[in-house]
Amino acid sequence: MKKRLFFLIPILYFYFTSIIAVTYNSEPKIFIQELVDDAIKSLSDKSLTEEEKKEVIEEIALENVDIKALGLYTLGNIRNNLDENTMSNYQELFQKYFLKSLTSRLTDYASQKFEVYGSEQKSSNYTIVNSKIVESLKSPEIKIDWRIYTKNPQKPLIRDLVVEGLSLARTQKEEFASILNSNNNDVNALMNKLQEFISN
Amino acid sequence: MGIKKIQIVLYSILLNIFLLVSANAESEKECFEKVSRGIFKFNQGVDNIILEPVAKVYNKLPEPVKNGTGNFTSNIATLLSIPNHLLQGELKSAGHATGSFLINSTIGILGLGNPAAKMGLKNQKEDLGQTLGAYGVGGGCYFVLPVLGPTTLRDSVGMVIDNNYLDAFARVTWHEREIKSISGNKLDYVGIKAAEAVDFRGDNMVNFESLEKNSIDLYAATKSLYLQNRSKKIKNETGTDDDAWGDLDK
Repeated sequence: MKKRLFFLIPILYFYFTSIIAVTYNSEPKIFIQELVDDAIKSLSDKSLTEEEKKEVIEEIALENVDIKALGLYTLGNIRNNLDENTMSNYQELFQKYFLKSLTSRLTDYASQKFEVYGSEQKSSNYTIVNSKIVESLKSPEIKIDWRIYTKNPQKPLIRDLVVEGLSLARTQKEEFASILNSNNNDVNALMNKLQEFISN
Repeated sequence: MGIKKIQIVLYSILLNIFLLVSANAESEKECFEKVSRGIFKFNQGVDNIILEPVAKVYNKLPEPVKNGTGNFTSNIATLLSIPNHLLQGELKSAGHATGSFLINSTIGILGLGNPAAKMGLKNQKEDLGQTLGAYGVGGGCYFVLPVLGPTTLRDSVGMVIDNNYLDAFARVTWHEREIKSISGNKLDYVGIKAAEAVDFRGDNMVNFESLEKNSIDLYAATKSLYLQNRSKKIKNETGTDDDAWGDLDK
C-alpha cells in the first residue's frame, strides 16, 4: 500500500498542478483577467524560449477557447454539407491555423497594458466581457470585448474577440467565405489555404 | 439653365437611381471584384512605398506633435459631422460637435488642442454615407477606389455630395469658395487629408501588421472590417451583433 502511495503522490501532484496551470475562475470577468494576465506573463517571460512560449499559449487556448465551435462558425452554412471525414480533417487544420494565428496576434500586443473593466450577461449562453489595451506611445486605447460562451457556467469558453466593435470571428468567417465563393464552394481549396498558412 | 442647376439635376437623378438600386441590395455583393482586387494590390503598393514609411517616421515625432496633428485634422472633420448630425435629427450630437469645434478652434488654438473633450463634449465623426445608412439605405455593392480605399456605392455617392455641398472645409479649399472671407486651395485640402491618413496609419501600425500577417485573404478581411465598421458607425453601436452564433447553438 505504501509503495502504491509513493507512486500515486507524484502522479496526483503533476495531475493537479497541470490543472491549476490552465484553470481560471469561472466568473467571466475574472476568467478573462486571469487568462490574459497569464498569457502576457508567459509571453514576456525572458527565461522561456520562443518555442516554450508558443506551447504555453497553445495550452491556454486549447483549454479556454471554443476552437471547435469557432471552426464551425467560420465555415458558414457549408458545414451542413460536409461528410464526417472531411469535417474532421477541416477541424484538425483549423485548430492548427487558429493556434498559429492566435500566438502571432498575442505576441504583437503582449508588451501593452491590459485592463478588464466590465461585463454584461447577454443570455444564459453568452456574456460579453469588456476590456481595453491602455493607451501607450505605441498605440491608442483599443477596446476589446470578449464573447464568452457560458452554457456550462463552471467552464466558460471564449468564442470571439470584438476589437473596437469589429468581430475577429466574423472577419475570419468572411475571409473563408470569399475563398469558398471563388472556388465553387470547394472546401478543399480552403483547406489548402489553411495548410499554406500553417506551413509558412 | 446654369451649370449649377444642371449639376443639381444630375445629382438628383444619380441619387434616385442609387437609392433604387441599393434599397434591397446586399452590402457584401461586389461591383467588380477582379478590378477591386487589382486596385487593392495597387493601394498596398502605395502603402508600402509611401504611407507606411512616412507613418513610421511620424510615429517617431514627439507626442505633442502627433496629438496636435490628430486633434487638428479631427477638428476640421467636425465641419462635416455637424450637418450630418442635423440631417440625422441628432440635435444633441450636433450641439456637442458645434461646441467642440468652437472651443477647440479658439481655446484649443486652431484645433491643435482638445479642451472640448475635457469639458465632456463628445465629437463623433459623421458623413453622408452614415446619414443615408441611418435612413435605411443599403450599402449597395462594395468596391475599392485607388488611393482612397474600400467603399460602397452608398458611401462613394455620399462622399461626392459631402465634398460638393456639405463639407465647409472642402468648399473653401477644394472648390476655392470664399466663406466669411476665409478661403484656401486644393493643396490645403490634400495636405489635411494626407495628414489625417498618416495619423491614422501611424496609430494603427501594429494592427495593420498583425492583420497582414494573419490573413489568408487580406482583401476579404479588409472588406469585412470596412463593412462591419460602417455598420457599427451607422447604428452608433460600440459592441457587436449576434450574427450567426445563435444558429450554431440550436
